[in-house]
Amino acid sequence: MEIKRIQTPLDDSAIEKLKAGEKVFLNGFIFTARDSAHKRFFEALDKGEELPFDMRNQIIYYCGPSPAPPGKAIGSCGPTTSGRMDAYAPRLIALGLKGMIGKGKRSQAVKDSLKQHKAVYFGATGGAGALLAKCIVSSEIVAYEDLGPEGVVKLGVKDLPLFVINDMYGNDLYEAGIGKYRR
Amino acid sequence: MREIHTDSIVSAVENLFIDANINLSQGVFDALSQAIEKEESPVGKEVIRELINNANIAKAERMPICQDTGLAVTFVEVGQDVHVVGGGLAEAIAEGVRRAYKNGYLRKSCCDPFSRKNTGDNTPPIIHTHIVPGDRIKIVALPKGGGSENYGEVRMLVPSQGKEGVKAFVLDMVTKGGPNPCPPIIVGVGIGGNFETSALLSKEALMVPIGQRNPDPATAAFELEMLDAINRTGIGPQGYGGTMTALDVHIKMLPCHIASLPAAVNIQCHAHRIKEVVI
Repeated sequence: MEIKRIQTPLDDSAIEKLKAGEKVFLNGFIFTARDSAHKRFFEALDKGEELPFDMRNQIIYYCGPSPAPPGKAIGSCGPTTSGRMDAYAPRLIALGLKGMIGKGKRSQAVKDSLKQHKAVYFGATGGAGALLAKCIVSSEIVAYEDLGPEGVVKLGVKDLPLFVINDMYGNDLYEAGIGKYRR
Repeated sequence: MREIHTDSIVSAVENLFIDANINLSQGVFDALSQAIEKEESPVGKEVIRELINNANIAKAERMPICQDTGLAVTFVEVGQDVHVVGGGLAEAIAEGVRRAYKNGYLRKSCCDPFSRKNTGDNTPPIIHTHIVPGDRIKIVALPKGGGSENYGEVRMLVPSQGKEGVKAFVLDMVTKGGPNPCPPIIVGVGIGGNFETSALLSKEALMVPIGQRNPDPATAAFELEMLDAINRTGIGPQGYGGTMTALDVHIKMLPCHIASLPAAVNIQCHAHRIKEVVI
């Protein structure tokens, strides 16, 4: 199938071109964050403190990698289930977050935020942790090192394979796909 | 009495969990290769292609197939003519798990249920022990990820619900899971026994090789009937839509109480990691 190459940071015009069901190769930088890191983002925001990175035009990857073996930038690093971050996502999207990478369905509130603020939700293939690790060229811890695999890590990525699940037009690959192949 | 030293159990368990997490077994690899042919959706085919690439990369680079290297589930058959020396059997298995997750750079995913504090070494393992005739020990390692395990359930059905009730329950669990348990999945179904046995049967069903049918013809037909129904849901690989939602369905069945129909579903992701050794 056809593959589109995209580059971070993502601006509105890049988001406008993405449609649910498309495969993309992502290049640039992304930030890992999962359950505990999101909890800390909210604690910081509630106290009026700065976040570990500026959300504007960035992408968060819901991921808790396995330990990096010697000589590797990272261990196996597939996506975790995104639904657990649904409670946090709309506020971060409102702050300028342009993309999230994970697996599994999002809430209506998240999908509404994608439309309202022009953002997308990408799927990385769950259980393809070795394949995804091969696309990671650099890794640098930026916050919450004490959380172990849940710390925030800035990853340099080269041709990271993703599918657009929810676009800014309200399309949903899960719903469209099931509708098409249900017998 | 044959003596088996715990040292050989520790090293066997260490090797098993590292091997299982890095090298996808040939049976699963073949099932994925066949699934590409059967899948009708282009996106679904592309996903399965990624999974096959992933298995090849994991093997070549000695990286875990999936970062969720699971809770360490073991099934142990202990020959009744075996005498374990050098320490306790359970502690030897735990030590093997501890070493595998450290030396194999596997993720430690075991924590306290409420404080969520990680135990730090992926112990305690889950150990199911059976006493069998003979003088050997067989150990099966089944590292099991959280995404798929979260869509398991035991239901005490009413006997009048019968086969249709079990089928509806299985479809309900598969549909509820949708993309989350990482389809194409393998579905283990335990029927009969009692409350706890049905759950254990559903997990044991996952150990049956893909493509192998239940020896009872009626149960084998029921497996295929449910597989067909699951693959008509449209969920497809990764839930992106398609015709390969499950690679197989396995049923394990036992007689039950005249008042009950216990049934359990245990779902396994496509990264079906399983390895065994006989000592």
